[in-house]
Amino acid sequence: MTTHTLSVLVEDKPGVLARIAGLFSRRGYNIASLAVGPTEEEGISRMTICVTVDEFPLEQVTKQLNKLVHVIKIVELEPTSSVQRELVMMKVRADATVRSQVLEVTQMFRAKVVDVSPEAVTVEATGTEDELAALRRMLEPYGVREVVQSGMVALARGPRSIAAHHR
Amino acid sequence: MTTARPSAPPGTPGTAANGSRRPTPRTGVPSEQQDTALQAPLRPDAPRPTHVDPEPATGAQSLVRSLEAVGCEVVFGIPGGAILPAYDPLFDSTLVRHILVRHEQGAGHAATGYAQATGRVGVCIATSGPGATNLVTPLADAMLDSVPVVAITGQVGRKLIGTDAFQEADICGITLPITKHNMLVTDPADIPRAITEAFHIASSGRPGPVLVDLPKDVLQAATTFRWPVDTQLPGYRPTTRPHSKQIREAARLIGEARRPVLYVGGGVIKAEASTELLDLADETGAPVVTTLMARGAFPDSHRQNLGMPGMHGTVAAVAAMQKADLLIALGARFDDRVTGDLSTFAPDAKVVHADVDPAEIGKNRTADVPIVGDAREVIIELTTALRTAGGRDERHAALGAWWEQLERWRSTFPLGYDHPADGTLSPEYVIERIGAIAGPDAIYSAGVGQHQMWAAQFIRYEKPRTWLNSGGAGTMGYGVPAAMGAKVGKPDTTVWAIDGDGCFQMTNQELATCAIEGIPIKVAVINNGNLGMVRQWQTLFYEERYSNTELGTHKHRVPDFVLLAEALGCVGLRCESQDEVDRVIGEAMAIDDRPVVIDFTVGADAQVWPMVAAGTGNDQIMAARHIRPLFDDPEAVQADEVSRADHPVDGEGPVA
Repeated sequence: MTTHTLSVLVEDKPGVLARIAGLFSRRGYNIASLAVGPTEEEGISRMTICVTVDEFPLEQVTKQLNKLVHVIKIVELEPTSSVQRELVMMKVRADATVRSQVLEVTQMFRAKVVDVSPEAVTVEATGTEDELAALRRMLEPYGVREVVQSGMVALARGPRSIAAHHR
Repeated sequence: MTTARPSAPPGTPGTAANGSRRPTPRTGVPSEQQDTALQAPLRPDAPRPTHVDPEPATGAQSLVRSLEAVGCEVVFGIPGGAILPAYDPLFDSTLVRHILVRHEQGAGHAATGYAQATGRVGVCIATSGPGATNLVTPLADAMLDSVPVVAITGQVGRKLIGTDAFQEADICGITLPITKHNMLVTDPADIPRAITEAFHIASSGRPGPVLVDLPKDVLQAATTFRWPVDTQLPGYRPTTRPHSKQIREAARLIGEARRPVLYVGGGVIKAEASTELLDLADETGAPVVTTLMARGAFPDSHRQNLGMPGMHGTVAAVAAMQKADLLIALGARFDDRVTGDLSTFAPDAKVVHADVDPAEIGKNRTADVPIVGDAREVIIELTTALRTAGGRDERHAALGAWWEQLERWRSTFPLGYDHPADGTLSPEYVIERIGAIAGPDAIYSAGVGQHQMWAAQFIRYEKPRTWLNSGGAGTMGYGVPAAMGAKVGKPDTTVWAIDGDGCFQMTNQELATCAIEGIPIKVAVINNGNLGMVRQWQTLFYEERYSNTELGTHKHRVPDFVLLAEALGCVGLRCESQDEVDRVIGEAMAIDDRPVVIDFTVGADAQVWPMVAAGTGNDQIMAARHIRPLFDDPEAVQADEVSRADHPVDGEGPVA
């Protein structure tokens, strides 16, 4: 079982997310992460879906996805030939005694502090899943009070675009 | 058409044995009581508008005009609150006939039966909420059997959506997994495009059901109608032309094969490829097996046809696939009822798998040569490739040993049945005689269960679109409404529903529709007093503990199917002994002005054989109880040392 990253261009129609999520659940595929947003083209959304499957069912996943009328194009993005990023925000307990240590960790990870209060700071970071996990491990000792993390978004490296020839 | 239906006028004395009175026939010789609008003939060839400049219309008018323009000739439905606006312009349409059914499930199966019999898109209409949810079963059925159906449902007004309004149901959400596509139309100007897209999606590529949900206020709104309109489906591009490299590779494998089998599925019928299949069969010389969905795709009288494969297939068809070195799957999907246990299915076979749906290829069985394309185009190109390569006679000669083996299986284990020892009527005999008397030009629909399997086995099909059944979903109650739909689409063809007493009790209300609307189908109720297939499994696998399978149609004669038929405006006949069978069938065949129901009271203990028990491999097929041909046939054993070692004969019956 490995995790694969699928970049899926879909028509921005009501219910398209339900169609895709429903397909995954009824065919027994496990979504590890999902992110949806607009693209450079109006009316077209892009979903980045991380799915944990064997090699063989992955082919079924993409074939079944392709059968959805609102799905325009599916590309699997390999980790080595794409840039993959997640965004995390963490609220860390940080009073005056440890604040400077928390900020030091934040800087080491090139993260940003986006909110400060007397007892806590909120740190924002983008990176790969591993990088964000490492940041979290470093901040855990101070007390991570709340975490919110986005699904992964990814883009292939190089000049080519997957959206260019969909019509 | 009047809003209140006239009550049935006093009928003439009937011709049935009990001489009861029944309504005046609704077709045949016109009578002044007849409401001729109700029997308006379909007008598939009537000129349809091809170009309409934008002109004012309500959403409902736009819907009906779109249906007219797209070529729809008949819709099966029931009005109700939310869909009511659509019924007003429908009242005036001379191109689209509406058939008022008695239950929306009947509308859905009728649309399916119409589509399967004619190849055209079947259309059903229901109102919102419960009307729409009653379509769920037929839509799931059409999805699994890839039938082009368009369902039009009313929805509550746009402002009420999401408020749990009266008769609100999220039918698009509910039918998401059981439709090929569905759409909620929120702008009345989109109606012509929605209908165009629905018909296009339903009928192209791998066909399937499409649902169009129309809020009431969208139907009432003022808009413009224009025709034609462009579709906007950037994500929908079915592949129909097969890849030439794959065709060459498939032709090469066929040339090398010594034990090939053409595994023909329902896709061949949907692609109208039966004629072309004859050419391919001739060019290859290979045996042909026709799945439950493909009965009639290749003539049963053809020497190369081994019959149906699968759980209740012929020994020859099942054994041929098991021992094959090449399976050429055409519009088939390696369904579990065909393959049995996948890990032991056709262990020595390479696979050429052609299907219009790429997701079917490699789904259950890995394909050595995958071919995505329309079955007809694949078959034509494959035949051409083989012809170009030449060597037809050599190919035939190379299959000599294979055909010797196949003929031994075929002659040693023909389909057959015994007449019950207790003197009761044999259900197989009844079905066989209906097939023999009605002939290969008739259309046969079936419910689900023993009678369905017997109808697939003992009626000889020679032509495509003459066998309609619920293959994938196994929907009990499919038979009568599907026969109704088929008869509407093929009014000059004799249409028989071969039904069981269990199935018949699920949807027989549509016989009222048939009687009133002038749809003279014939129904053979194979009445064994039980849910027969379930009872068979209880006999075989549950120590004859008959939990909740007796229906009382024998013991109590409740319902009395003859009286029920009469009450529904049909002729009711009964047949209880073998010497009456031909006469009663003949009597039914002679009636063409109203529906006929025959209660064939048959023995309860007949079983469907051969059988591959659920969960076992196809090598475990039993020709009859305790008889395992692949191991008991000395010739077959010689041919298959491996299987014998893997599966020692236990001789103790079917249960492992």
